[in-house]
Amino acid sequence: MPVLFKKNAGDRIFSLVTAVSSLSVLALIAGILWVLLAESSPAIEKFGFFRFITSTDWNPVTESFGAATNLFGTAVTTVLSLLIAVPVAIGIAIFITEVAPHYLKGPIGVAIELLAAIPSIIYGMWGLFTLVPIMSHYVEPALQNTIGKLPFIGILFKGTPMGIDLLTASVILSIMIIPFTASIARDAFNLTPAVMKESAYALGATKWEAIKNIVFSYSKLGVFGGIVLSLGRALGETMAIAFVLGNNHRITSSLLDAAATITVTLANEFTEADTDIYLSSLFYLALILFVLSFITLAIAKLFLLKAERRYSR
Amino acid sequence: MSDIVELEIKKLNFFYSGGIATLKNISLPVYRNSVTAIIGPSGCGKTTLLRCFNRMHDLYPGNRYEGEITFKGKDILSKEIDLIDLRSHIGMVFQKPTPFPMSIFDNIAYGLKLRGTRKKAELSGHVEKALKHAALWDEVKDKLHSSAYALSGGQQQRLVIARALAVKPEVLLFDEPCSALDPIATAKIEELIQELKKDYTIVIVTHNMQQAARVSDKAAFLMMGELIEFDKTDKIFTNPEKKITEDYITGRFG
Repeated sequence: MPVLFKKNAGDRIFSLVTAVSSLSVLALIAGILWVLLAESSPAIEKFGFFRFITSTDWNPVTESFGAATNLFGTAVTTVLSLLIAVPVAIGIAIFITEVAPHYLKGPIGVAIELLAAIPSIIYGMWGLFTLVPIMSHYVEPALQNTIGKLPFIGILFKGTPMGIDLLTASVILSIMIIPFTASIARDAFNLTPAVMKESAYALGATKWEAIKNIVFSYSKLGVFGGIVLSLGRALGETMAIAFVLGNNHRITSSLLDAAATITVTLANEFTEADTDIYLSSLFYLALILFVLSFITLAIAKLFLLKAERRYSR
Repeated sequence: MSDIVELEIKKLNFFYSGGIATLKNISLPVYRNSVTAIIGPSGCGKTTLLRCFNRMHDLYPGNRYEGEITFKGKDILSKEIDLIDLRSHIGMVFQKPTPFPMSIFDNIAYGLKLRGTRKKAELSGHVEKALKHAALWDEVKDKLHSSAYALSGGQQQRLVIARALAVKPEVLLFDEPCSALDPIATAKIEELIQELKKDYTIVIVTHNMQQAARVSDKAAFLMMGELIEFDKTDKIFTNPEKKITEDYITGRFG
């Protein structure tokens, strides 16, 4: 601890100020956690842990609440958006780092960063007014007529294509996390030493072979960390999908059905929560989201740290 | 050393993307089954010259060659040359050992797999041969499937040489292959180079005058991107034509 060192007065004050600022962050996190715990304790007492996360009930009238429908929505939108975003983001990162001619690298990089800078509510509005009609008129009927006809997978595309559903929400989420994943993947790819790539080329590797065998194996930890970080973003994203998810507390087999995620439920229902147990259940949901985000962040940091240690020498 | 010219460099100019000529009007022959050393002070263009031979400069935009390098009757600087093919005939070993993050076996087999060899038995045969050729077989034969990073620096460099040998090139380019190694590992690599010249044509860039004198048959002295003198190594080191060559070799500058 720097404050313990003997220094002149100015230095001491300086150390103290910085130490207090840093410690206040820890205090804040502890405070938030405490509030979540305290506020959700009635719901925890009433519904327990396993019953709460497995119950599909979300009924304000009978005052019976469970997190399962929200967890389902969160899980589906998160996984689906990652499935869409990760290949695209890795493609972008490969293009920027290895393929693009010099004069394109800058503009594309900036465009990607701009995409990341757009506030999420704008994505939400764009989603509702632009993407929803496109999805309901073109994309979803097309999906129903093609892979929707297959056995087993077809069940994912049953129902009326309304556009306000899990699929649309996942597409918006994926657009939101693409720039994020792409920029982390780009940084990870850049950790590959140039001489290693040259070694592969010197053996007669093509560009794709050098990327596949050398760049990927150097950057896989970093890319994986980036994917987990994006997962964390997708978990917590609210405004972008609040309009297009439909807030439907049901576990559905079709991606073309409305659903609810933890975040969207929180955003929509705090104002309606008229009973104590309702409010407490919402806090309980928030607590679960907090813990989930914390865990994903920890895992991501672990991967990124490992990647840095191993390759940045 | 034979009298057949393997690589004939004719009036070679090279420009990095900035546009300034880094190599100026260089002409020299590289003889088959010989070791040609390229020496000269830092920044004189030694490595730049070496990297022309396998067109490594093409990896970065804006670099430009002028002149000709003839190899097997073709100008390898021409646009029609298939670089993938060229680089399988002209291998390269870098300053620092560059084992890939895979097992010893897979490192050697990598170049062969790129060329479509998939059969395990065939691969094993080639890997063993390459490792023996690079004088590494006895040290690694019991741990072929452990990571290449577990090897020492000198072993890694011989592994990289074996990897280059496995694809059966005619020419091997060495870019200061011993600058990251201790004297014992260096001696082993030098011995290996002597052994390899029976089957390959070797060009080596080195900062180390003694090394150039020990391993090479011919030596090219470069300064400021120009070829000052090219002759038999003995001649260059004992009785150079030019005063400036003598000054450099005797350590008066450099």
